[in-house]
Amino acid sequence: MRRRQFVAAAAASTVLAPLGARVLSAAPPATAITTELVEAAKKEGKVTYYTAMDLSVAEPMARAFEAKYPGIKVAVERTGAERLFNRIGQEVGSNIRRVDVVNSSDAAHFIVWKRQGWLEPFLTPDMAENLPANQRDADGAFVNQRTHLSAIAYNTKLVKPEDAPKGFVDLLDPKYSGKLVKGHPGYSGTIMTATQQLAKALGWEYFEKLSKQKVLQVQSATEPPKRIEAGERAIAVDGSDYLFWMAKERGSPIEVVHAVEGTPQISNPMAIFKASPNPNAARLLVGWIMSPEGQEFIVKVSGQYPANKLVKAKVGRPALASIKTLPEDPAEVEKQADEIKSRYQRYFKV
Amino acid sequence: MTRSFDLSRPVLAAVTALLAVMIVLPVGWLLVVSLTGKDGGITLANFGALFTDPTFVDPLITTLIIACSVSAICCLVAAPLGWLVARTDMPLARTIRTLVMASLVTPPFVGAIAWEMLAAPNSGLLNQLWRIMTGMPSDEALFDIYSLGGLIFVISCYTFPYVFILVANALDRMPGELEDASSMLGAKTWQTARLITVPLALPVLLAGALVAFLQALNLFGSPAILAIPAGFHTLTTRIWSLFQFPPKPELAAAASVPLLVLTVLLLRAQAMALGRRGYAVLGGKYGAPRPIRLGWLRGPAVALALFVLAMPLFLPYAALFNSAFSRVASRIVGPETITLHNVKFTFLELSSTMPALKNTFLLAIASATLGALLALLIAYIVARKAVRGYRVLGFLATAPLAIPGIVLGVGLFLAYTRPPLALYGTLWILLIAFVTIELPAAYQQLGSAFHAVHPELEEAGRMLGATRLRTLADITAPLLRSAVIATWCFIFVATIRELSAAVILFTSETKVLSVLIFDLKESGDVGAIAVLSLTMVAITTVVIAAANRLHGRPQIRPA
Repeated sequence: MRRRQFVAAAAASTVLAPLGARVLSAAPPATAITTELVEAAKKEGKVTYYTAMDLSVAEPMARAFEAKYPGIKVAVERTGAERLFNRIGQEVGSNIRRVDVVNSSDAAHFIVWKRQGWLEPFLTPDMAENLPANQRDADGAFVNQRTHLSAIAYNTKLVKPEDAPKGFVDLLDPKYSGKLVKGHPGYSGTIMTATQQLAKALGWEYFEKLSKQKVLQVQSATEPPKRIEAGERAIAVDGSDYLFWMAKERGSPIEVVHAVEGTPQISNPMAIFKASPNPNAARLLVGWIMSPEGQEFIVKVSGQYPANKLVKAKVGRPALASIKTLPEDPAEVEKQADEIKSRYQRYFKV
Repeated sequence: MTRSFDLSRPVLAAVTALLAVMIVLPVGWLLVVSLTGKDGGITLANFGALFTDPTFVDPLITTLIIACSVSAICCLVAAPLGWLVARTDMPLARTIRTLVMASLVTPPFVGAIAWEMLAAPNSGLLNQLWRIMTGMPSDEALFDIYSLGGLIFVISCYTFPYVFILVANALDRMPGELEDASSMLGAKTWQTARLITVPLALPVLLAGALVAFLQALNLFGSPAILAIPAGFHTLTTRIWSLFQFPPKPELAAAASVPLLVLTVLLLRAQAMALGRRGYAVLGGKYGAPRPIRLGWLRGPAVALALFVLAMPLFLPYAALFNSAFSRVASRIVGPETITLHNVKFTFLELSSTMPALKNTFLLAIASATLGALLALLIAYIVARKAVRGYRVLGFLATAPLAIPGIVLGVGLFLAYTRPPLALYGTLWILLIAFVTIELPAAYQQLGSAFHAVHPELEEAGRMLGATRLRTLADITAPLLRSAVIATWCFIFVATIRELSAAVILFTSETKVLSVLIFDLKESGDVGAIAVLSLTMVAITTVVIAAANRLHGRPQIRPA
C-alpha cells in the first residue's frame, strides 16, 4: 500500500514538473485537522454547504459528517449550479455572509470566484498528498470533490434495448419525438457543461434539431433520472449518471447509454469562501469530504468517481477510463456561458 | 374643549410613512430602473428592446390567451355552481360551499404539482388508469397537463372559487320577491332564472370575470411548473427568468410595467362593474329568497357540484397522499409498496425543512397580525374621517391591489438591496412584501365591518377622556373582533400560499415553505413536496380552526 502510494505520488510530481516551482510555491501550506481546529469548529456549531448534488446524496453525507463531529450542524442548501451562482452573487453583492462551503457542477464558476478573490485556499496534508494535480487548483483555491457524467438513459419498459439510441445523433430520429426529457443549462451546471461539450463536438445545429423533438424540458440534471424512472418519458437526453445508476441498482427498469460520440464529463469543484461565517467548521467539512472516509461515503451512496486516489470507484460501475468521454473545458464554459444560455433559449423557447 | 394629548397626528404621519415605504418606494424604483439606460441616462430603450423581442412578445400574447380563457371558464363553472348553492334546494349545499372555500387553502403551485402527478401524459395517474381501462398503448394519453390547455385548466381550478364566492354571496343578498313575482306571473323556473336572476347577477359575474382574469394574469407558480416543461413562458415566468444569471433587473422592471398598467386598467373596469350592482337592491326590506325546487334534478345537481370539487380538491389531495407514501409518484401505493421513505427524508434528512417551517409560520403570524392591525387602523381613520388627509391613506391601502406579486418582488428587490434600508436577506423584506400584498383585501374587509359599528360608542369613550387610540383598542376593536379574526386568518393563509414575491426576495437563510417546495420541484423531488405540502395545509387548517374557535366565544354584538 505504502509503496503504491509512493509510486503514485512520484507519478503526480512528474506531471507537475513542467509547471515548476510556481505551482508548488503558490499552493497554501497544508493545514492539519488538529483538535484545536475541531474544537473551534464545534464552537461555531454549524456550517452552510451550498451544493448542486442531489439531495439523496448530499443530505445523508451531511448527516454522516454530523455523526462524525457531533455538535456541528450542516445546513445543506441545494439548487442548480447556475442558480447557486446567481444566489451567491446576489448575497455577496448585498453583504450577506452566509455561504461557508460551495460545491457545484459548473467548474467555470470557480474560475470566476477565484479571480474575484472570494475563495480561501485550503488543503489538508491528505489532500495535498492524495489529490492528483488535475483534481485541484494549482493555488489550492478549490479542489474537485468528485466526477460524474451526463449520460443518456432509457426506461427499459418503454424502449426495447434494440430500439434504444446509441448516441446523441440517434436522438434526432423521428421515432423518439415526444419521448425525450432533458435538463436546462440555465439551471444546471451539469447541463451547462455538457451543452458546451456537445455544441463543440456536434455543432449548435444539433440542438436546433433536438428542439424540434417535443422534448419535456425540466430544470435540474437530477430530474431526468426521476422522470424516466416514473415512466413519464422513455429516454433522458442528459442527466446526472449516478442517479440513473442508483435507480437501476434499487430495481428500477433503467439502462445507461454511453454515447458513441462520447459522454460529457463533469467535475464538481468545492471551495471555502473567504467571507465564511464559520471558517473552522468549513475547513473541517472540506477536509472530511476529501478524506478517504468522506470520499468512500460518496462512492458508497452514489457511485460517483472519487477524487482522492486512495479511494476506489464503486464495484459494478464501469471504470471511468473505459468510457469514451468528451473533454471538459471550464475556461471555455466561462467564456461562452451567456451565449449558451441565450442560444439554448432561442431553440427551446424557455 | 381641552383634550388629553392625542396621538392621531403622529399616527397618521407614521402610517403614511410606512405605506410610502411599502408601496411608493418599490414602485418608484421599478419605474426609475425601467427608464434607466446602461449609461445611467433616461431612456425608453428597455421598453423598445422588450417589444421587439419575440421572447417577450410571445409570453405576453400567451398570458392574455390564458387570462381570457381562465376568466371564461371560471364564470361558466362558478355561476351555475353559485346559483345551485345559493338559490336552490340542492342537498349538501352548505358542505359544498365550505369545501369550495377550503380549496382556497391549497396554494395554486401545489395544485399544479398535484395535477402533474394526475395528468402528466405518461406517468399521470389518470392517464395510466385510462390506458388500463381502454387498453391503449403506452404513449397514448387522455390528458396532457404540459400544454396551454392543461395550464388553463389548472389555473381555473384554483381561481373559480374566487368567482364562486362573489356570485354566491351576491345571490344570497338578492331579493327573492322579484323571482317570486316572476313565477306568480306564470313564468317557469328556467324562465325566471333567465329573465330575472341572470340579469341581476350579471354585474357581479362581470366583476368575477375580471378577478379571475387578474389572478390568471399575475400567477407565477402554476405557469412555472407547467409552462416551462412544455416549452413556453408566461409574462410572470419571463420576468422571473430575467432575474436568473446574468440578472437583468432593468429589463425585469420594464417587463413589469405592462403587467402593472394592465392590472390598474382592469381594476378600474372592475370598480365600474361592481358600482353598477346597486340596481339589484332597490331598497326596502325583502324576505329571504325562496330556494328553487330542483325536483328530480337534485341528484344530478349535487353530483355535478362534487365533480367540480374533485378538480381542485379530491383528486389533487388523493395524488398528494399517494406520492407522499410512494417511492415513485407514478405508482399507486398498495399495502406492499407503502413507504415512509419520503416522510423520513423530509423530516430527518432534509436540512431546509425546519428552518423553512419556522420562517413561514413566523412570517405568516407576523404578517397576519401586523396586516390586520394596520388595516384596522387605516379602516378606522378612513371610516371615521379621523384626520385630515384620510383619503390618501385609503388610496395607499388599496393601491397594492394593482401591483402583481412578482412586480412587487422586483420593486422591493430594487428598493431594499441598497442603502439606506438594505433589508434584502432579512425576514423584514418578506414581511413588508406579504403585508403590502394582503393589505388591500384586509382593508376592504375591515372597512366594510366599520360601517356596521355605530360611532356613538366611540364618541362616548372619547367624551370620557380616552384618546382615539385608546378608544380604538378598548371599544372598537372588541366590537369588530370577528371581522378582525377573519381578516387575520385571511392574511395568514394568503402569506403561506405566497410564492411570486417570495421567489424574488428570499435568500438561503430566509427561505419559506413555498420557495422550498419550488426548489424541490426544480430538482424533481416530488415525494418530499407531497409531504411538505400536506404538512403545510394541515398546519394552516389547524391554525384557522383555532382562530375560528375564538370567533365562537360569546361577544358583544355590533349595534
